[in-house]
Amino acid sequence: MVEGEFEPLIVAFCCNWCAYAGADLAGTSRIPYPTNVRIIRLMCSGMVHPALVMDALMRGVDGVLIAGCHPGDCHYTDGNLKTERRVEALTVMMEDMDIERERLRLEWISSSEGEKFARVMREMTEQMKKLGPNPFKLG
Amino acid sequence: MSEEQLKIGVYVCHCGANIAGVIDVEDATRYAQKLPNVAVAKHYVYMCSAPAQAMIKEDIKQHDLNRVVVASCSPRMHEATFRRVVHEGGLNPYLFEMTNIREQCAWVHAAEARKATKKAKDLIRMSVARARVLAPLQKREVNVISRALVIGAGISGMRAALDLAERGFDVYLVEKAPYVGGRMAQLNKLYPTDEYALDVLKPLMEAVSSHPKIQLLTNSEISTVDGYIGNFKAKIAVKPRYVTRNCDACGECEIVCPVKVPNEFDYGLSRRKAIYLALPYAVPARYLVDSENCNRCGKCLEVCPKAAINLDEQPQEIEVDIGSIIVAIGHDLYNPPEGEYGYKIYENVITMPQLERLLNRNDVANPEPSNGLKPKSVVFISCVGARQEPGIYSPIKEGQKLNRYCSRVCCTASLKNSLEVKRRYPNAAVCYLYRDIRTFGRGHEEYYRKASESKVLFFRYKAEVPPLVSNNPNGLTVTVQDVLTNNEAIAIPADLVVLNVSMVPPADASDLQTKLKIAGGTEGFFQEAHTKLRPLETPSDGIYLAGTAQGPRDVTDSVAMGSAAAAKAAILLARGKVELEPIVAYVDLTRCDGCAMCVEPCTFKAITIEEYQERGAIKKRAVVNDALCKGCGACAATCPPKCIYVKHFTLDQISAMINAALVE
Repeated sequence: MVEGEFEPLIVAFCCNWCAYAGADLAGTSRIPYPTNVRIIRLMCSGMVHPALVMDALMRGVDGVLIAGCHPGDCHYTDGNLKTERRVEALTVMMEDMDIERERLRLEWISSSEGEKFARVMREMTEQMKKLGPNPFKLG
Repeated sequence: MSEEQLKIGVYVCHCGANIAGVIDVEDATRYAQKLPNVAVAKHYVYMCSAPAQAMIKEDIKQHDLNRVVVASCSPRMHEATFRRVVHEGGLNPYLFEMTNIREQCAWVHAAEARKATKKAKDLIRMSVARARVLAPLQKREVNVISRALVIGAGISGMRAALDLAERGFDVYLVEKAPYVGGRMAQLNKLYPTDEYALDVLKPLMEAVSSHPKIQLLTNSEISTVDGYIGNFKAKIAVKPRYVTRNCDACGECEIVCPVKVPNEFDYGLSRRKAIYLALPYAVPARYLVDSENCNRCGKCLEVCPKAAINLDEQPQEIEVDIGSIIVAIGHDLYNPPEGEYGYKIYENVITMPQLERLLNRNDVANPEPSNGLKPKSVVFISCVGARQEPGIYSPIKEGQKLNRYCSRVCCTASLKNSLEVKRRYPNAAVCYLYRDIRTFGRGHEEYYRKASESKVLFFRYKAEVPPLVSNNPNGLTVTVQDVLTNNEAIAIPADLVVLNVSMVPPADASDLQTKLKIAGGTEGFFQEAHTKLRPLETPSDGIYLAGTAQGPRDVTDSVAMGSAAAAKAAILLARGKVELEPIVAYVDLTRCDGCAMCVEPCTFKAITIEEYQERGAIKKRAVVNDALCKGCGACAATCPPKCIYVKHFTLDQISAMINAALVE
């Protein structure tokens, strides 16, 4: 690593039943990914209040991942579908605030998709590095 | 609790070398010690071990700790362990917070030790920040109604109902069909013993209809289910049968009935009257009028010696209070679209369940299969409607849903039937076209061995090149590119083609799923709460799964699952009380303005708006029914003033972690 290279901070909201378990599986399978992510465990991706995401982005978090169960697999029947609609609304809010759309990502990651969790983290880290630091962090 | 009074203990686990081999645990512990309100920070080789547990409990007393953070493995592994430890140490178990530095740090960042240590410190800082704003929670206890509802009276539902009844609980056994027995009643013989399915079923059918603890409701469906674990209320719609209990199944009515329609019990291979018994051994042994097809000519009324027919019978609704529900609604069978292997185009292309009926009718009623065939050449084709991989399987019709799963029972069932055909028609050629054969159960491989010895011919096809069924003046021809003979194309003349169709989710599964608020998997079968740890439970507490409603399985496994679900339900019913999880939604009434935005997102209908008076004015506010709430937080994410939240996952608690993540 080049000293001083930009290391983005990524906050991942992971539902307890699928995505968090998927992240655990990446661990038990020893699938490496960058150290940039900080996972916050929630019961359901559907409990992420839009204000939490906007707050995180406006306070300087470089990227936010919301990860839940695949449609049809939600522990609470359809919490993930509510998340999907909320993310649509969030992208509009982000546009209003001139925050790059790419800084928020929604993924369905099952408890058996450790590989996918690792891949998403690798992709996001790369993408955030390309985007550069969240302008709100500098301001 | 004020800032100054907070005393947090942080415990960093080595997990042998699992964590300590990557992360500098001493450095992480020194770092934790300097975080605000941390009274004590320690590291230990195995934090889940007995000495470490004793150390934490001792520290709670000695240092007067009121929060505990353990940085070790996944909370999915040991959160329950450490909650118990802090509880035994005298703390509320919800004042414990876990930091995952193994699965989500050491194990995935093994090549970047320095960065991994920094991340571990960050994660510990985030957990400490969250621990500072945790609140104690109390579990609540509610009474359990010691009665059960079993939905579906197939083999697994009957087994479950009988087990519960034998344990002394009252059971409502509700069956949609007019008779009990389910799909199994339609089978001919069962593997691996070659017993007749009905011989195995009959004692159970009799037992559920006569057991004093079981109230059997056939021709009935669930209308609504409300309530929660231990306290459900179900409404059951009982369809009219138009034949009273006076019926002794003499059959006079059937003789005079002029209406003939396809018999669904025989998958349309035979015809029945509009007043009928689906099978000779029907339980209950009462006739039934198919009101859709009855022309109300009244001839049956004239001949019935018991005056048991009442064509004016009305539907009924019964309401029952129960503590637990077992869902055993079984499966449907894959209905191949027209043209798949010539199905519905060529009369002599039938499905395996149809073959079971033909073989069975042959034994019990007619000397020959209904289509009059004495087959000279029978071809079985496996994996029809199963293992349909996108990109490999070419859909027959547009928008066809692909079944990617293996149906599990077909291999052995079709081998059993290939032998049965050989036994009945020793001169018939039997060819078995397969993708793979898995005879996984005890005694199953015997069928494969016997079929080979009996000169059943095996051909293996590739999923990419499925067999082709065509018609010519001499009959059907099945062409298969046989992998076993180096992809040689072999044309097999056939006068009967049997498609080994898969089990599919029952048509009413999604409707019942909504009523019960349980989960369905991607394939449409009901999904268990956890594949390994809670395979019989649904996400809705107190509702259990049995049989093929959860996925394809054979009779043996369905019976085992029925008994297992009954045992699970019995634990709850026998205890008489149940503890409810305290992680539920909570309304800050000082700020709620009754806007009702939270009501619609709640899948579990746990939130209502109530009116109240304050200084003479009528106001509104949201009220959460704790027992119905599952703590998913869909309400919390919608609340504009952020005044409804899920306990243990409040906005403050989540924000604290984000803020701590941002601090370097």
